[in-house]
Amino acid sequence: MIEFRNVSYQPSNGEAVLQDMNLVVERGETLVLLGRSGSGKTTSLKLINRLIQQSGGDVRVEGKSTTEWDLIQLRRGIGYVIQEAGLFPHYTVAKNVGLLLKIERKSKAEIRERTEEMLRMVDLDPGQFADRYPYQLSGGQRQRVGVARALAADPPILLMDEPFGALDPLSRSELQQHFLRMREQLHKTIILVTHDVREALLLGIRIGLMESGKLLGTYTPEQFKSSHDPKVRAYLEAFGLCEAEDERGKS
Amino acid sequence: MNYIFAHPAEIANSALLHIWMVGISMLLAIVIGIPLGILMTRHRKLRPAILGSANIIQTIPSLALFGFLLPAPWLGERAYRIAVVTLALYALLPIVRNTFQGITGVDPAVREAAEGMGLTRRQLLFQVELPLSAGVIMAGVRTATVISVGVATIAAAIGAGGLGEFIFRGLAMVNNQLILAGALPAAVLALGSDLILGWIQGRLTPPHA
Repeated sequence: MIEFRNVSYQPSNGEAVLQDMNLVVERGETLVLLGRSGSGKTTSLKLINRLIQQSGGDVRVEGKSTTEWDLIQLRRGIGYVIQEAGLFPHYTVAKNVGLLLKIERKSKAEIRERTEEMLRMVDLDPGQFADRYPYQLSGGQRQRVGVARALAADPPILLMDEPFGALDPLSRSELQQHFLRMREQLHKTIILVTHDVREALLLGIRIGLMESGKLLGTYTPEQFKSSHDPKVRAYLEAFGLCEAEDERGKS
Repeated sequence: MNYIFAHPAEIANSALLHIWMVGISMLLAIVIGIPLGILMTRHRKLRPAILGSANIIQTIPSLALFGFLLPAPWLGERAYRIAVVTLALYALLPIVRNTFQGITGVDPAVREAAEGMGLTRRQLLFQVELPLSAGVIMAGVRTATVISVGVATIAAAIGAGGLGEFIFRGLAMVNNQLILAGALPAAVLALGSDLILGWIQGRLTPPHA
């Protein structure tokens, strides 16, 4: 479980980027944080694995404040996937995926088995891809490896920062479908950040809408689509998602 | 060229001493320079002090630096000790600077992913930062080595030996053959070390598109 209690964040040299955020994400839930650039969604994500630390309030992971967690233990329990994957360019795909297991001193056989299992889970044939370097992969394949790496140590929580943002529409759609299947299998607590309303509606069990450092509210995809809140409508209109409903209303 | 062929053993001995002085001083500079470069990436406040000192050393003429160290205890007892220390001091700047640049040049996304997955500072350094900057650091070592091969010839002025011996003797006797007997092998050493270290640098540079 992840909980934000009156959380604010203000970098030492600038204006507040997050104000008074309250949010509870239940175990096994997928929450999508939706908002434009600079709305504070990536900041919220980084507060959870303490890549940055809040200026006020409390961020709690599994019932314990992130400031009370041992930083390394906290992060090892949280898979982190970022845009462009951030793969280690000097390591092969297999080493990228297995690095954390190696650091945690698992046996070679175990690392190998787990790595192959993870690669198969993201639809990459280990025989074909294990020994490749990141530069030898397409953007979509890199992103899959990023997901496999994040899940290798079987963390209960997964944070995804615009994981499909840099992909072409076809690869994105493939990975989104894949994400849905994976979500059913794994039952992780997932927070995914995106600025794409379609993606939010497709992937979220709940959607948190953010603007100018504030969480405006959380909605199920159905609530979101039928909301009369002008800010929600603005999003739907920008993506051309509410015309059909308007016409139904008229007829 | 006659002198070179007439005295191969003498020249080989001097060349070996030359290589030894450069080699030891490079090891010294690497052992000191890389940690200093890493320290600069961790403590912003130390940057001007470390880089400034290395820069100032570089501006001192080598002959003067050799001379300054002559009265130093222990060091001053053997000329080659002074030579090794001086060469190491000169080599610091390129090694420190390249270590710093290599590490700060690591893709921020890669660093963020590494920190986010729970690597400790130490693991981040050894698993990610150093391997990814090894090529750049090696480029600094390469530059430093080539410079050192040249500067080491001047060490003969304080009696440290090496290929500079022939050059200084040739200058004193106005004998071009003698000068060449020192200068040619020194040039070959510089080119050779540049080639070998360049090859190592290529091996250490991570693969990319």
